[in-house]
Amino acid sequence: MTRSIRTTRALALSSGALVALLALSACGSRTDDEASSTSAASCVKTDGDSIKIGFLNSLSGTMAISEQTVRDALDLAAEEINAAGGVLDKKLEIVAEDGASEPTVFAEKAEKLIKSDCVAAVFGGWTSSSRKAMLPVFESNKSLLFYPVQYEGLEASPNIFYTGATTNQQIIPAMDYLKEQGVTKVFLVGSDYVFPRTANKEIIAYSEANGIEIVGEEYAPLGHTDFSTIVTKLKGSGAEAVFNTLNGDSNVAFFKEYKNVGLTAETTPVVSVSIAEEEVGGIGVDNIVGQLTAWNYYQTVESPQNATFVKAFKAKYGDDRVTSDPMEAAYTSLYLWKGMVEKAKSFDVADVQAAADGVTFDAPEGTVTVNGDNHHIAKTALIGKIDADGLIYPVWESDGPIDPDPFLEGYDWAEGLS
Amino acid sequence: MSAVARIWGHERARLLVGVGVAGLLLFVVAPGVLSDFRLNLLAKFCCLAMVAVGIGLAWGRGGMLTLGQGVFFGLGGYLMAMHLKLADAGPGGVPDFMLLYGDGTVPAWWEPFRSPVVTVLAILLLPAGLAALLGLAVFTRRVRGAYFAILSQALAAAFAILLIGQQKVTGGTNGLNGFRSFFGFDLADPVNKQMLYYIAAGTLLVMVLVVRLVMRSRYGELLVAVRDQENRVRFLGYDPALVKVLAYALAAAFAAIGGALFAPIVGIISPADVGVVPSIAFLVGVAIGGRATLLGPVVGSIAVSWAETSLSERFPSFWTYFLGGLFIVVVAFLPDGFATLGRLRLRRRRPGPDEPVGTSDEEHASDEQASDEDEHDEATASAGRTA
Amino acid sequence: MEALVSQLFAGLSLGSVLLLAALGLALTFGQMGVINMAHGEFMMAGAYTAFVVQKVVADAGVSLLVSLVIGFLVGGLLGLVLEVTLISRMYHRPLDTLLVTFGVALVLQQLARDVFGAPNVDVRAPAWLSGAVEILGVGVPKTRLFILGLATLAVVALGLALRLTPLGRRIRATVANRDLAETAGISTRATDRLTFFLGSGVAGVAGVALTLLGSIGPTLGTNYIVDAFLVVVVGGIGQLKGAVIAALGLGLLQAGIEYSSTASLAKVLVFVIIVAFLQVRPQGLVAVRTRSLA
Repeated sequence: MTRSIRTTRALALSSGALVALLALSACGSRTDDEASSTSAASCVKTDGDSIKIGFLNSLSGTMAISEQTVRDALDLAAEEINAAGGVLDKKLEIVAEDGASEPTVFAEKAEKLIKSDCVAAVFGGWTSSSRKAMLPVFESNKSLLFYPVQYEGLEASPNIFYTGATTNQQIIPAMDYLKEQGVTKVFLVGSDYVFPRTANKEIIAYSEANGIEIVGEEYAPLGHTDFSTIVTKLKGSGAEAVFNTLNGDSNVAFFKEYKNVGLTAETTPVVSVSIAEEEVGGIGVDNIVGQLTAWNYYQTVESPQNATFVKAFKAKYGDDRVTSDPMEAAYTSLYLWKGMVEKAKSFDVADVQAAADGVTFDAPEGTVTVNGDNHHIAKTALIGKIDADGLIYPVWESDGPIDPDPFLEGYDWAEGLS
Repeated sequence: MSAVARIWGHERARLLVGVGVAGLLLFVVAPGVLSDFRLNLLAKFCCLAMVAVGIGLAWGRGGMLTLGQGVFFGLGGYLMAMHLKLADAGPGGVPDFMLLYGDGTVPAWWEPFRSPVVTVLAILLLPAGLAALLGLAVFTRRVRGAYFAILSQALAAAFAILLIGQQKVTGGTNGLNGFRSFFGFDLADPVNKQMLYYIAAGTLLVMVLVVRLVMRSRYGELLVAVRDQENRVRFLGYDPALVKVLAYALAAAFAAIGGALFAPIVGIISPADVGVVPSIAFLVGVAIGGRATLLGPVVGSIAVSWAETSLSERFPSFWTYFLGGLFIVVVAFLPDGFATLGRLRLRRRRPGPDEPVGTSDEEHASDEQASDEDEHDEATASAGRTA
Repeated sequence: MEALVSQLFAGLSLGSVLLLAALGLALTFGQMGVINMAHGEFMMAGAYTAFVVQKVVADAGVSLLVSLVIGFLVGGLLGLVLEVTLISRMYHRPLDTLLVTFGVALVLQQLARDVFGAPNVDVRAPAWLSGAVEILGVGVPKTRLFILGLATLAVVALGLALRLTPLGRRIRATVANRDLAETAGISTRATDRLTFFLGSGVAGVAGVALTLLGSIGPTLGTNYIVDAFLVVVVGGIGQLKGAVIAALGLGLLQAGIEYSSTASLAKVLVFVIIVAFLQVRPQGLVAVRTRSLA
């Protein structure tokens, strides 16, 4: 026995030495070696009669509920583009991946799409954490991501195009609306993660500058299901309106509690920024009817483009399906990429980036324009009211499309926020 | 045939062959065959396998079903990530996310991690120390079995909530990511990524050898004895709590090292990697590979990770059924994992004196009933005392 | 004063939800030492039962009452199937049942996702449960009063059943000393099966009740399972009163801390307090004395 221990120890030592040796021999370059720090050249194939693009959405895990709808909209757009002859006469070839609702998986799959599948661009992501996880991957590999969801702003990567709203196209207009309605006391409730905390920081700065009092700020852990304490605090705060940045299941518990303690949309309206058409059914229409939402698109938007979009979507996926803002933004993102590529006459990332500024698309939400500086798009803000039929109808809209301002540089009160 | 069998019967020969084959696979075959991307994936799997080795020790040998290894994995990962973020920080030395979400100042408890030495020491000692403290508190009060499992699970839940809630200093749900360099080495350079793979694979191999060493020692025998008959060990004059604490701390250290390498290899560490679900997921590979075997946890863990990556792409819904089904079938019908199958076959082929040494582990399944009853009685006894 | 009363009530209400979720778990854990990770999914099954029943029975009030009965049967049958097919094979290895049932939980969740779709579904609350009633100057939601009442009813019914019925006697005998009970002619296997049916049935009822408060989706169970386990651990095994005290205590604690700080912090602090508590009483609040060999 003792002999075997000694041998093992010797083995452990020698294998340790082996590892150290290998590690030393393997380490090629240090950071200061500027020359070798460039990454491998793009492997995108552009000589065939098709071009590969990647779709990366969570099809499993907690986010699958939302992200599956985005995937459906992307598939619809790809189908339409291929039916109309493709992009630069090349058919789109889709490489689909599952992000599994985990940031690490998003990073891993993004790298796979870029390096192994050699896609020209990737479309997808939903949560801020998935985007933050993918960002370094796209920057270091010099590839492109189209991100279709409203988010907390304070970001502008040259390798990401943001086709959802940034805060000055959604949250600030919502506050403008509340101010116009004469609201002076607002209560903030949100899930405990990046988007609500950042959004609320901006709302607080806005309120200070506009004479609105914030009478409470509460965060619930993700997946929290008991809102009796938070609603008690809310009820006692004298709030005239509630700004809701809760995420997912928590909304259901919150609105049921809200209704049960006798609060109503007439006396204390709730403005939500994460509730779209497909969530209304799960919350229960009678629990949420009359409440407000802030988005840039609703299924009820009246335009010929939207009529076509909704009709095509229902034809493909069934009459009971609804369309929502992130879906529309995803659908639009594919067409915007097509526009950029056709303007650049090239699939090369640098050419696409250079051609991006000013590319427009007559989207279902209205005409949108890409801002070449910050890679966001100009969008019109719409405040909507949830109706008894489960759809959301616009009750207010901004004066035309709002230019994207992710760092809120155009707002005096936002100084020192970022 | 018989000559081969005789040589195979020798411990040292088997060890040498095993290490040789593993080394060959990890250091020669894998880098030669796999693309940069796949090799980096394998590096990630190695990190997860490190946690599995620790669980194999704590659960397979020590009988402590820990459902909270994500805590230690996360601690290691976050400690490393803090250093990497500080090292990458621009002028002013403040990491980018603190400028975005915080007040632009670095909290005092971050400061020590500017030093690489402090960071490495912290990764090696802090999680293990925490585990030892927790273990002492829990095991000396004879909290065990299901109680321990649930407590460790609650710990993982609490840790994830804590990380998410402290966005200004932990990055919240985003976690910490966007590392550019690893102790001065540029992470964008494929050569350095390869280096990280070698480090991960090498560390994993060393850990397996350490576990072997531990299991061959008197302490190892004691650990198994505590698992099977805690009271008898106590009657012999040993303190079972201390025996358990040591294994638990070692498992925590392994998990922390795994996490510390995971962060630069994957490029992100977030609460999604430390909570209840990932903590349980660590157990799958161990159960499948054979919890009480030396290589089972490693092979099982890597196999499961690999299967997940390749299967979940095509059939996301099928993967969940597969994983759930695997849990059910393996734990219910093959309590020693797929190692049982291999052993059964071996046994059938050559019965008799050549029977491999060190199979005492397999018997524990039948012993557990006894140990469970023991536990029950003791629960009562101690409740009577405290009442 | 008003704040105190309303928080007291919020705590009691949260406690009653925890109690409903944990009651069945306490029963099966106390009886067989089995940690059933699929318990949350039995609750989910109960909630979906309410959804399906409402499709058939239009009136929300009637369908809620019908669902409570059918939910009990659905949960109970699921538990029975689990016990007969898997758990009975491995009662020597109680720790391993934790992992097996986790696998079952995964499968059931995915099954729900494939059958009912990933998005949440809605169950309408009956009109007589909407709104609030004034108690001591505080508006208390009727749904929460209903759940408080239901939890009380469940505890009383189970308590009486354990104390007065022959089945209850068999269960108590088996908990106290399995071998001796067997010797006295009790079929402990049959008792196990019935206990599991009862415990899982209560989970189904809990699921139906939860449709009044929260979301109904495939992950409903995972939201409650860790908390439910903690109630059982704190309460101790073998007697219902441990679970009752633990659930109400944890509910009050969570609500109290949450009121004065934040929900996230409250969760973390409650965990810390539980670990500290187990230092004082490692086997929970209440433990049954048994007559086994020490």
